Amino acid sequence: MVKKNPDLSVSLCGITFKNPITCASGTFGSGMEYAQFVDLNRLGAITTKGVSDRAWEGNPTPRVTETPSGMMNAIGLQNPGMEVFAKRDLAFLAKYDVPVIVNVCGHILEEYKNVVEFLSDKEGIAMFEINVSCPNIREGGMAFGTSPKELLHVTKEVKAVSKKPVIMKLSPNVTSMADMAKAAEQGGADGISLINTFTAMKIDVYRRRFVLANRTGGLSGPAIHPIAVRMVYEAAHAVEIPVIGMGGIASAEDALEMLMAGARMAAVGMMNFHEPEAMVHVIDGIEKYMEETGTEKIVDLIGCLD
Amino acid sequence: MMKEKARIHSRRELAEGIVSMWLKCSLADHAEPGQFVLVYPKDSSRLLGRPFCICEVNPEGDEIRIVFRISGKGTEEIAALEYRDIVEVEGPLGKGYPLECAAGKQVLLMGGGIGAPSLLFLAQRLKKSIVSYGGAKNVSALLGYRNSALKRFLADDFLNVGIQTMIATDDGSDGIKGNVVEVAKRLHSQRVLLPQLIYACGPMPMLKAVGEFAAELKIPAYISLEEHMACGVGACLGCVVPTKERDGHSNVHNARICTEGPVFEASEVLW
Repeated sequence: MVKKNPDLSVSLCGITFKNPITCASGTFGSGMEYAQFVDLNRLGAITTKGVSDRAWEGNPTPRVTETPSGMMNAIGLQNPGMEVFAKRDLAFLAKYDVPVIVNVCGHILEEYKNVVEFLSDKEGIAMFEINVSCPNIREGGMAFGTSPKELLHVTKEVKAVSKKPVIMKLSPNVTSMADMAKAAEQGGADGISLINTFTAMKIDVYRRRFVLANRTGGLSGPAIHPIAVRMVYEAAHAVEIPVIGMGGIASAEDALEMLMAGARMAAVGMMNFHEPEAMVHVIDGIEKYMEETGTEKIVDLIGCLD
Repeated sequence: MMKEKARIHSRRELAEGIVSMWLKCSLADHAEPGQFVLVYPKDSSRLLGRPFCICEVNPEGDEIRIVFRISGKGTEEIAALEYRDIVEVEGPLGKGYPLECAAGKQVLLMGGGIGAPSLLFLAQRLKKSIVSYGGAKNVSALLGYRNSALKRFLADDFLNVGIQTMIATDDGSDGIKGNVVEVAKRLHSQRVLLPQLIYACGPMPMLKAVGEFAAELKIPAYISLEEHMACGVGACLGCVVPTKERDGHSNVHNARICTEGPVFEASEVLW
């Protein structure tokens, strides 16, 4: 049964996306560098690299290293700050017909609120994704995202100043994904996204040194995909708010797993580095899957198994 | 730009662990000296491209040459590719060596170990420019190796360009004894070598010393840097170098080696 032109659109927090595929924050910049490879208008959404209130220098190098079917990074959220972001990156993205999810980072609560307040009135932002799960900065980041109490508090405070929907990006470095998802929901989050990277370590035994200057880094890539699917399933079944699923998606099948586990959208991360057109390949693959299986609407697949 | 499939046209081992390959690919016709390509291993457990500088381009403009050292599993796999094998490449990436600043100058190319391949393409362009208006006055190359076992790889290629080519080894087993910076200093004090502009590629400590040498002579030095990379196109911010001035793109004192570089003016770098 082959159905032509299946409906890939999904809606999330009152916004309609032409398909369920976006990029994982930090793997695609603001799309500027990849626009020479990919037609950005094909994407369901663009999720930007983390934006803070002032420019961040990030960590010393080496910041990245390859691992089996994956990689580790400890960039440390280097970014030019919200003013440059608004002036340059948002202006660039305005040229495209694609919703923009702005990822927000901070060391302390005030910094998150500064960014959300400053950007709330800017044109061209669909929603915010709040990074409370970066394993590579000492303060803020994951410190907020590993305690349900802290997470609930941050969510509430950020929601209070935001004029746009707020998605909380969750860390997998926790005991119970369901508890964290519930805390975000109780704090008033409009949605959650997961997973960020796993805290990991690699040692160069010949030099007897840590490979990354930061000693630890976040593990991502296909190696973590099955764990991500399990965590997305647990989170999606614990809350009513929508979930964006990510973690090692390399193919249409991987993205479909996320949707079937309960995610409303799915994000491609590390694989953008392997294949700049990875997201387009995933979108085309989903369309083909739907045609071949006679699926008329992608929403029929979301959370289709209990 | 896109990833493309390149065909291996030839493969040769220049010394133990040093491999030279010609790859047929469409990116060759717009590659510039100092730019690089990412070559992707086929083994799906190794997902990141390996960055290699473009060593030269054939006269027809449809093949690039890469010369690299086997330094891990990824380069080991790429080195094992054979004639007619297909491999995925992406490029040309980054900003290469500025050529216009060589006008009217005595130019010195300094290559340390596996840094030499980055300078061959440049040597060819500079040599060609000597005969034309606005080109370099003359060009010489100083290539440093650990020892004679490295068979002064690529030195013949530099000689074939028709430029003065000097060899140095750390242990004196071939050419002049000493590292390239020590040797350049000695030749300068003997007034054998009087550069007005330096281009260099090699390990970081060497490039730092080249920067200091150039500062002493009050001449510019353009150096090609290396760092662990992931995306290679400026998105991930994995490969940065600390800079003295605030970088225009990043708005911090870190510039992307893959995009603002890999070639930087030595005095811009915060060592």
